[in-house]
Amino acid sequence: MNGTLNLLIGLTMGLNLMALGSSRIPSLIRAMSVQGVVLGVMPLLIEHLFGWEAMLHHWPVLLVAVATITVKGIVIPRLLNRAMRAANIDRDMEPLVGYVPSILLGAGGTIAAMALARSLPLLPEHSGSLLVPGALAAVLTGFVLLIGRTKAISQVCGYLILENGIYLFGLLLIHATPLLVEAGILLDLTVGVFVIGIIVDHIQRAFDTLDTRKLTVLRE
Amino acid sequence: MKELLLVLLPLAGAALAAVWRGDRTRPWLMPIFGAAHVVLSLWLLVAPPAEPLGSWFGFDPLARAVLPTVSLLFVFCAAYGVSYLRVRAERPNRVFVSLMLAVLGLLSAGHMARHLGLLWIATEGVTLAAIPLLHFNATPRAFEATWKYLLVGGTGIALSLLGSFALGYASLHGGGENAGDLTFTALLAQGAGLTRPWVLAAWVLILVGYGTKMGLAPMHTWKPDAYGEAPGIVGAILTGGVTTVAFTAILRVRAVVAAAGAGAIADRTLIVIGLFSLVVAALFLLGTRDFKRMLAYSSVEHMGILALAAGLGRLGLWAALFHVWANSLTKGALFLSAGNIRRAAGARTMDEVGGMAKLTPVSAGLFVAGMFAVTALPPFGPFFSELRVLRASFGPSGSAIAGIVFLACLLFAFFGLTRVVFAIVDGRPRVATKLNGRRFPETAGVIVPPLILLGLSLWLGLALPEVLSASWTDAVAQLYPAP
Repeated sequence: MNGTLNLLIGLTMGLNLMALGSSRIPSLIRAMSVQGVVLGVMPLLIEHLFGWEAMLHHWPVLLVAVATITVKGIVIPRLLNRAMRAANIDRDMEPLVGYVPSILLGAGGTIAAMALARSLPLLPEHSGSLLVPGALAAVLTGFVLLIGRTKAISQVCGYLILENGIYLFGLLLIHATPLLVEAGILLDLTVGVFVIGIIVDHIQRAFDTLDTRKLTVLRE
Repeated sequence: MKELLLVLLPLAGAALAAVWRGDRTRPWLMPIFGAAHVVLSLWLLVAPPAEPLGSWFGFDPLARAVLPTVSLLFVFCAAYGVSYLRVRAERPNRVFVSLMLAVLGLLSAGHMARHLGLLWIATEGVTLAAIPLLHFNATPRAFEATWKYLLVGGTGIALSLLGSFALGYASLHGGGENAGDLTFTALLAQGAGLTRPWVLAAWVLILVGYGTKMGLAPMHTWKPDAYGEAPGIVGAILTGGVTTVAFTAILRVRAVVAAAGAGAIADRTLIVIGLFSLVVAALFLLGTRDFKRMLAYSSVEHMGILALAAGLGRLGLWAALFHVWANSLTKGALFLSAGNIRRAAGARTMDEVGGMAKLTPVSAGLFVAGMFAVTALPPFGPFFSELRVLRASFGPSGSAIAGIVFLACLLFAFFGLTRVVFAIVDGRPRVATKLNGRRFPETAGVIVPPLILLGLSLWLGLALPEVLSASWTDAVAQLYPAP
């Protein structure tokens, strides 16, 4: 089972690098939505839910999976696409940190995450799984995008990849913690992006561009 | 069950405000529900429930020691808000009133949360609910401030969730009967059973995450912008309420980290980050020319004092809880009087504003008095709380160097604050300012609330009520269980 799961986590790591390397916003959004779907499948794998009976028995886990796929895979990408079209944003990203340096940073970060995760103790059922390095790599990728991209939408994508990393880490606890913690996260995530979307819209009206470099009136 | 009302009542008020017709009457919902909240929280302060309601949620000693000050601050800000929203009648207030009450409810929930996940959800809720409040003025500058708040605050809150998960995994990995139980009681009971590397990782992430919400340097960057652009009451609630809930979150997690045997490390990091915030705030206070941003840096300074005090053992923690009260009430008075001055002056920097003592004499007087109170002039509350922090830092669990740096920073902050405040109050008003000032006369509605808040700060200094100091002692006992 760990084999399939690790394959999927490897896939999310690859998608991190793709997000770092994409020069246009639609491809960034696509990388993110694929990552969302991959993440959504993982709880089912972890809890060995194949077949209806098992799924109904573990309905909280099923709920997490369905909600994740819907929210991260479908709703948020659509909202972002809509925001992009509504605000008529130029699709190129104008990075502060170039694409090649970003990818190198991301790759280096992934390797560092692997090394760091080795020093953290894991439960027997998690040993050999890539959940911790996968989570750390996604968090790092999110930070690179947050810092290295100038457009509001690409920063939002960076934030979402950071959230994906946190979700990956949360999968370590999916068996133990009550549903509330998981559900609360999804709820907050949705609301958060909604709010971000509204703000993006407003920034658009106020600045006529979504370039956060122009948000520089307030500084010391 | 009364404590549940502390959350439900403001949320019901928020729902009522959302459907209430009539822009002129709606703001009254804020003081009405705020007053009910104060009555309840003071009642619970005097007669606390014998046992917290449940393991997830309840009015425990820490909530008792801190929540009433949030409640008091809110009701006076709300009373001020009625007059403020009347002056700003051109802006729709439905969302504003509703979310102010929602913030109060969520803050109460955050203070009473005894479960790591619940605490996080409440803090996240407050973060999101505050966004439209920050953006009330709808100017491009307000957009910019809100965007920064969202990005920095959102990242901070994400990291605190990661930290909560790490602490959860520490518990799961540690094993035992409480494995995976994220209530603070269970985490404390597990104590040394928690896996150490995960506890340390969790501590760093949670300190950075909730520290961002508190506005500790270097995660304070959202603060000057947000406080500068938000209406005065929102700034006061942020600085006295939202930062407080993040602080109590850090205190609760620190107790768990200490139970896991890493208390010394936690205390040291708190002292370092506290002193760093003090130094950064003092430097920026010496440089800023904008009196609303000045208040934000002053808030960073006081968050630094709280973090420092929290790292100084039992004595320090007691002083920190005292300082939460003293700082919230004094800051409330400062923010509200600064709001009056800002409106009458129509500008915010000492290059554009002067002679406000002639235009808004009462607010200017309050502003100066509040400035002296916040820079620890006796007999105001902050003097006594900071004196105790100083004593704790020269005490057994502190270090003399920390005390000296602390004192030096207070001195520089004092220079910075007086420089800006007197430039604004003294001198002769500009002609343009005079014309603008006539549009916003000082009415009782905008003067009495900051006056009362300042009076409360004075009262804390002159005659500290027995029940308050007892509640702080109980909270210290909760966070430092007897060995």
